[in-house]
This record gives sequence, C-alpha cells and structure tokens, in this order.
Amino acid sequence: MTEAVPPPAVELTDVRFSYTSSKPILSIESLILPAGLRTFLHGPSGSGKTTLLSLISGILTPQQGGVQVLGQQLTKLSPGKRDTLRGSSIGYIFQTFNLIPYLTVAENISIPCRFHPERRARIASPLGEEVARLAKRLDLDAHLDAPVTRLSTGQQQRVAIARAVIGSPALIIADEPTSSLDTDRRDDFLTLLDEVLQGATLLFVSHDLSLASHFDQTLSLRSLNGAAQ
Amino acid sequence: MTILWLALRSLRARTLATSLTVFSIALSVMLLVGVDRLRSATQAGFSGTISHTDLIVGARGGGLPLLLSSVFHIGAASNNIKWESYQHFAHHRAVAWTIPISIGDSYRGFPVIATDDNFYQHYQFRGGHGLSLAEGHQSHELFDVTLGATIAKQRGLKLGDKIVLAHGIEEKSILDHANTPFTVVGILAQTATPVDRSLYITLLGEEAMHFGWSGGTPPAIGEEVPKLDPSKLQVDEITSFMLGAKSRVSTLYLQREIDTYKPEPLTSIIPAYTLQELWSLLDYADTALSLVSAAVLVVGLLAMLIALYTALNERRREIAVLRAVGLHAYQIFLLFVLESTFIAAIGTTLGIAAVYALLFALRTTIETHFGLPIAQVGLSPRVELYAAATLISAAILGLIPAFGAYRNSLVDGLNAR
Repeated sequence: MTEAVPPPAVELTDVRFSYTSSKPILSIESLILPAGLRTFLHGPSGSGKTTLLSLISGILTPQQGGVQVLGQQLTKLSPGKRDTLRGSSIGYIFQTFNLIPYLTVAENISIPCRFHPERRARIASPLGEEVARLAKRLDLDAHLDAPVTRLSTGQQQRVAIARAVIGSPALIIADEPTSSLDTDRRDDFLTLLDEVLQGATLLFVSHDLSLASHFDQTLSLRSLNGAAQ
Repeated sequence: MTILWLALRSLRARTLATSLTVFSIALSVMLLVGVDRLRSATQAGFSGTISHTDLIVGARGGGLPLLLSSVFHIGAASNNIKWESYQHFAHHRAVAWTIPISIGDSYRGFPVIATDDNFYQHYQFRGGHGLSLAEGHQSHELFDVTLGATIAKQRGLKLGDKIVLAHGIEEKSILDHANTPFTVVGILAQTATPVDRSLYITLLGEEAMHFGWSGGTPPAIGEEVPKLDPSKLQVDEITSFMLGAKSRVSTLYLQREIDTYKPEPLTSIIPAYTLQELWSLLDYADTALSLVSAAVLVVGLLAMLIALYTALNERRREIAVLRAVGLHAYQIFLLFVLESTFIAAIGTTLGIAAVYALLFALRTTIETHFGLPIAQVGLSPRVELYAAATLISAAILGLIPAFGAYRNSLVDGLNAR
C-alpha cells in the first residue's frame, strides 16, 4: 500500500532548530508535503514561518533531525549543493520586495535560468520566448523591458510568480505573498498562481486563515511546532 | 560571466554613486601618474641639459659645483684656470673640440657667458640637438651679445638693442659696465635648457668690459681710465671648459691626465655621471611628491570603500532575493569584489587616459614654459605598476564590503528586511 504513494516533496522528521543555543525556535516532529499538492501552512507572525521556509529551502540547516526535499536529504548536502537544489528546483515568492531593483522585468523573470542550466534545460523554447509567454499569461507583457521600480505592488508580485515558476521547479514556496495586496488583487493572485503551477508542489504560508479554502490541505504551524506550545 | 553581468547592471543602476566614485579614483590616479610622468619629463629634461660632452674641466674643487656653475650657471666657480692650461688641452691629440667658458657677469640676474664660436658649433643637448639662431648671428665682435630665447622674450629685447651688463652674478649688482654697452646681434632658438636663460659674449668682449680694472675692481673715481685698445686685449684666464674627446675610450685617459696635470691643479667631471649624482639629490623631492599622490590615491580608494559599504544595508533585500534564486554565498561575495574592481578599473583607465590626453594637449605649452620634454615621455613600467597596484588595492578593499555582504547573506538568509 505504501509503495503506491509517491514520495513526499518535503518531509521533516524530528527537526529542532535554534538561532542561539538556549531556546529552540522550531521543534517539529513530522511535517509532510505530498508531491503535487497545494498546502496552506497557517501561522501567526513570529511563529517561525520564515525560519521553517529557510530550512526547507536549504538556507539554514537544523541542529537536529532530517529535512528531505525532492528526494534529497538536505542535512547531507554541502551548502553549495543546497544552493543549487534551491536554484534549480525551488521557486520562491517573498511577501514583498521580490525583485532585483536594477534588472528589467524580463531579466528578473529569467534570472533563475541564467544561473541554473538545469532549470533552463527544462524549457523547450528559447528563454526569451518563455519569458514572453509567462509575462503574457500574467498580463505583464507591456512591461517586459521596464525597470521593476515602475511597477505597482500587484504587478511586482506577478513578476515574482513568473520568476518562481519559470523552468518548472518541482516545489514552489510562497511566504505571505498576498499580505501586501488588497482582497481583489489577492484573489487574482491566487487564481493566477494556480493556473501557472503546472503540477508543482506548492507550500503557501500565511497568517490569513481565510485563504485556506483555496488549498488542498491546511497545516497549522502552531500545532506542528513543539517549541511554540 | 553571469555574475559579471549582474555586477555591471548593479553599477549602472547606481549611476551617480558609481560615477562619483569612478571620478574620485580617476582623479587620484591622474595625480599619481601625472606626477610620475612630469617627473620623468623633468629627469629627461634635466639629464638632457648637456649631451655629447665627454668632460667638463675646471679649477680643483668639487664635481657638483663645477657642473652647477658651468652648465646650470648656478653659483660661482671656486677658481679660474689659466689660458695656457686650456690651450694645452684644447690642442691635445685626443681632444676633438673644446668650449671655453668664462662667467662672472650678469644682466638683470641672467648669467653672461663669455665663450667662442665652438660653443655655437659643438654644444649639444637632449641627444643630438645643436644650437641654432632664431634671429641674427652669433657674437663675433667685441661688444656683440647673443641672447638665450627666454631672456629675449622676458626682457622684450630685439636685434640691435644696446644693453649694459653688470659685474657679478647677483641680480642687484652695484657695479655695472655702463662704459661698455653691448649690442644684441643674435637670439638663440628655444632649447628648454639653461642656455635659454643666459647671454653669450666673446671672451675678448669680457676682457674689454674689465679693461683697466685691477683685482676685480674698476678704476677709482678720478683715476684715469686707460683708453680701450682692442689690440692689447688678451685672455688670461677662463672659468672652465667643456671637452669632446676624439673617441669615447680616451675619455678616461684624458680625465686622469687632466686630474694629474702638474702645472695647475684641475678637476674634470663626466657630465652624465655628475648629472646623475645631482638628480639623485633632487629625487628626494620627487619621492615626497609621489608619497603625497599615493596618499591621495588611498583616499580615493577609501571613498569607494565607503560608497560600497554604506550601500550594503540597502542591498540586504537584493542579496536575499539572489540567495532565493540559488546564488551561492561565494557568488554574492564575488559580485561585490567585481563591483569594486570594476569601479577601480574604469577609474584607473580614465585617469591614465586623462593624463596622456592632457600631456598631449599641453605638450607645447609645457615644453615652452617649463622646459620639460613631454614628447619623450611614453608609457613606463611605473605607470603599469601604479595601474596594477590600484586594481589590486581596489580588489582587496572590495573584500571588506564583499565579506559584509557574504555575512549578511548567511545571517539573513531569506529573512532580510
């Protein structure tokens, strides 16, 4: 029976992490993100959401426990290999200030592919065409050569979606991406994100429980995190 | 390659800050290289003051005072040498030519040199350049005077003007030779050497000025001044003479023979060596100037460091985004090192280019006004060394903000605010 289930995209086991030796920020016995599912992770501000995302994306490593991402045990990888895994297989969307200020919209979208040939290789068409296709899909095609500073917050967040999904990474992590948007824009954002996911696993983190209905499963960081209880 | 692209885009986005930093480095490099090039020009001009002269001979004394008095016309000679001694060596079989020099009079602070036709024929400077007359002819007659180019220009003298020379080499002389005015018969072409600042008369002309004098003083008031009889004039002593040997090999033999000349104690110097000795004394000033310019360069580089370091905090978000798209921490480090190196590279290139453009544009002015042969000064290993040192220093200084960025990337992770 267990053999029929595909391996989870992310699996944390007995993870303990602390910035200082005294008090752990995170203590998670088990967290599983099934591959291809859209997971909503709810947690109030300061509950360690960003720390958890840093662990999953391989920026931080736990003092104890295992973090398996897309079949790779991160604790066994060198920092360089973790960076490569993040760049080639994970798309990341921040809450705000997602973009490199000195690059154009098109350059911001294509930047993961410039640094990671593996991600570039997953695109069949020329990179420019793929950027244009995504931009059109996200209604950004009029701004491709514009400096990102001229965009509205909503447009900037759409550029962030395009950058996260270009080259079809298997895991998309979104860290409070809608908190700077009003309600209408927020729903548009979620719809667009859904449309461009192409079967990738999504981990969407927010403090706003009203969004939970858009997702396949909902987890609460407070109940997962032993250190917060 | 992608990091380089990123570094260039980042610098271009901060155009004002980048240009100001580039400008400050360009100015510092300009100063450093400019001082160095002018130093080379000064050295070339200095050592080119006299050339193709194998020996300078004067009364027994130091080599430097002899060089200073006979070539630069600075200071007085320790003693004179007898006309017979001069004649002995002038007719020596190893000697090709000689230029007698007699100094001791002046015109408004400019030295008056008594010499003969050999001076116009054999004096050479800066390699093989000989003297030529811009106007008129060289001094032949008793009261003829030929002017250096600078004097003619500064005093507004022209051919046919009569001038009164003063006794002694001080600018404010109390004795002048009002009885024996000289007529300007020639003006020498510009040489950018001390020749431009001297006046040339004949040896007998000098004797004529001092006719009736005894022991260096003129006839007292009331004392009968003998009437000048040119046929009775004769040269008894000169101050020094320059000498060209028939072959370079014989120079050392000649020098030895002169230094051990029995009838009169003499000193001979090889001008090139003594010039070198003099230059090494003057070089201290140059070293001080170079140190000041180097200090300015350090300030320029520090300005770059400050500009890059203060931007570091504003760039924490950017670093977090770059980390999120998979840049390694060392690539963040590299990005910042490349930025500082690139700023220094543009600054250095602009600075060096500006120096050469300025020197090229101003070469005629500098040569005319300061006598520095700019045209002879090309690129030198020292300039390349300065360029390399600037780039390496910039790269090393760039490590400081780079390390800051690297540390931020590790501390902040994806959590920069």
